[in-house]
Amino acid sequence: MKPRALSHETLIAALSGIAATLLVGIAILIGSRRLSHFDAALVGYTFATLFATFGIAYRFVMWLQRPPTAMYWKRGWQVFLRPQSLGRNFVLWVRRMVSVFFANSFIWRRGWIRGAAHWLIMWGCILASAITFPLVFGWIHFEFDGDGFDRYRAFFFGFPTVAFGIESLLGFLIFPGLVWASFLVIPGVMLAMRRRMRSRDTLVLQSFGEDFLPLLLLFAVSVTGLMLVVSYEWMRGYAYEFLAITHAVTVIFTLLWLPFGKLFHIFQRPAQLGVLFYKDAGARGEQALCARCQTPYASRMHIEDLIEVERQLGYRYDVPHGPTDHYQRICPRCRRLSLALAQDHLWRASPTTEP
Amino acid sequence: MPVPADHFFFIDPHRCIGCEACVQACTECDTHKGHSMIHLEYVDRHESPQTFPVVCMHCDSPTCAEVCPADAIKRTDDGVVQSARKPRCIACNNCVLACPFGVPKMHTGMELMMKCDMCYDRSSEGKRPMCATVCPSQALFYGTREQIEQLRPRSRPINEFHFGQQTIHTKVRMMVPRESAVTHLDVMDSMFDADAPPEIDNTDDLMLAGATFKLPVVSQR
Repeated sequence: MKPRALSHETLIAALSGIAATLLVGIAILIGSRRLSHFDAALVGYTFATLFATFGIAYRFVMWLQRPPTAMYWKRGWQVFLRPQSLGRNFVLWVRRMVSVFFANSFIWRRGWIRGAAHWLIMWGCILASAITFPLVFGWIHFEFDGDGFDRYRAFFFGFPTVAFGIESLLGFLIFPGLVWASFLVIPGVMLAMRRRMRSRDTLVLQSFGEDFLPLLLLFAVSVTGLMLVVSYEWMRGYAYEFLAITHAVTVIFTLLWLPFGKLFHIFQRPAQLGVLFYKDAGARGEQALCARCQTPYASRMHIEDLIEVERQLGYRYDVPHGPTDHYQRICPRCRRLSLALAQDHLWRASPTTEP
Repeated sequence: MPVPADHFFFIDPHRCIGCEACVQACTECDTHKGHSMIHLEYVDRHESPQTFPVVCMHCDSPTCAEVCPADAIKRTDDGVVQSARKPRCIACNNCVLACPFGVPKMHTGMELMMKCDMCYDRSSEGKRPMCATVCPSQALFYGTREQIEQLRPRSRPINEFHFGQQTIHTKVRMMVPRESAVTHLDVMDSMFDADAPPEIDNTDDLMLAGATFKLPVVSQR
């Protein structure tokens, strides 16, 4: 039989990648009114984004097909959408979005340098993405408002929205938006780099591609972006074309690296919310009692799901002849205890009493 | 730099005197600063002062890593199963519940699983893990096979454990009596009857070798 070139999982992931890329492509066509507001100078960014979309969707769907991920993806949605708890879940979702994602509360608890670095980089990148992508895709463009040259009107998907003076506070906040983003990213990268160069726990496990490259890329994007501003504001456009190309190269490389490196955690991390709702549902439901000590140690739902996941992965912790049918029904403490007792019994049975 | 291939962690819970030096020393390790990864358990606190330390056994096929939905737990090429990667861990608790040895610890506030990583900042430089440097009874010992054979002439190390039908091989070795005929430790043997004698079961070597489920040795990076 001829071997299959693609596994079932790979095929699904590839199709998902193609579908996501097409969706973004269609959104660009619609949002830019059939490319009438599309800036041809930014076409490199667009194609890098489309490639990144394919890569991210492909990796995301491959990841979702791992047995444990598939289980919690399914369960997370099930418990979130339960009609009897949907209202409460929605309120909790808003609260958790604020504390977990917007404030990064759990990262600050891991250490203030780590928290500050992540918070600054995250908000800098969010701000920069919110400005860059709609501009690149032609979803937002600006036109002079009225007959004068001192007011702009923003158009979103071709529809007119707010108008503001170039010298107004809003103009001051909006037009140099990417400068503000770089002011967040650069100190964040500095703090992260400091930790990477000084902390022994990071020194021992970090690698260039996984840990340093994303920081270097974010730094390069921010600095070259600032150099563009310096060039046209204070140096009469000195070396502007060279700087524009350099900046484009750094941004495009960052976009291309999104599906491969550490930055992919941006797309995995929302799973944390699903887990929190899964834990809520587990705490409200039936608890699993340890088959040995009879104390509750986890939710029954969690244990049953874990047994199923282990079987899918090829593990056989089944206990065919015993007071319980599966090793998973033993609490972690009793597992530790049983291991020590098993060793202890060997010594007791041994003619040599002293080890 | 990988952990030297000729160095092993040998544990002998039977020798533990409950001094908790390992627990304190563990907190000084840079890879889990301020947090002790050792479980120091009492066998039966009402009946006996007997304690035993539990460190990660660093399985060849780590269940904790396989059941992780976030793919956050990695085993380095030298066989050390690392703590959850911080950007990825979503604190689902799967690893804590799945580990056959009951090792990982969940730090809910930080949304992070942490576990014994054999003090990787030290062991990858050829130094001993913190706990092994302070254990006065050498219930936790780190060194070469020759060293342990010299120190423990009446013991020998094994690294095969059975949990129901599942066989797990580990990087960390457990000391058993040299005269004992066992090739592995069956954790279920003493689970429900603390006084039950261990069953000497060496069928693995014989015709029923396929009766237990062995997993391939995996290495993830």
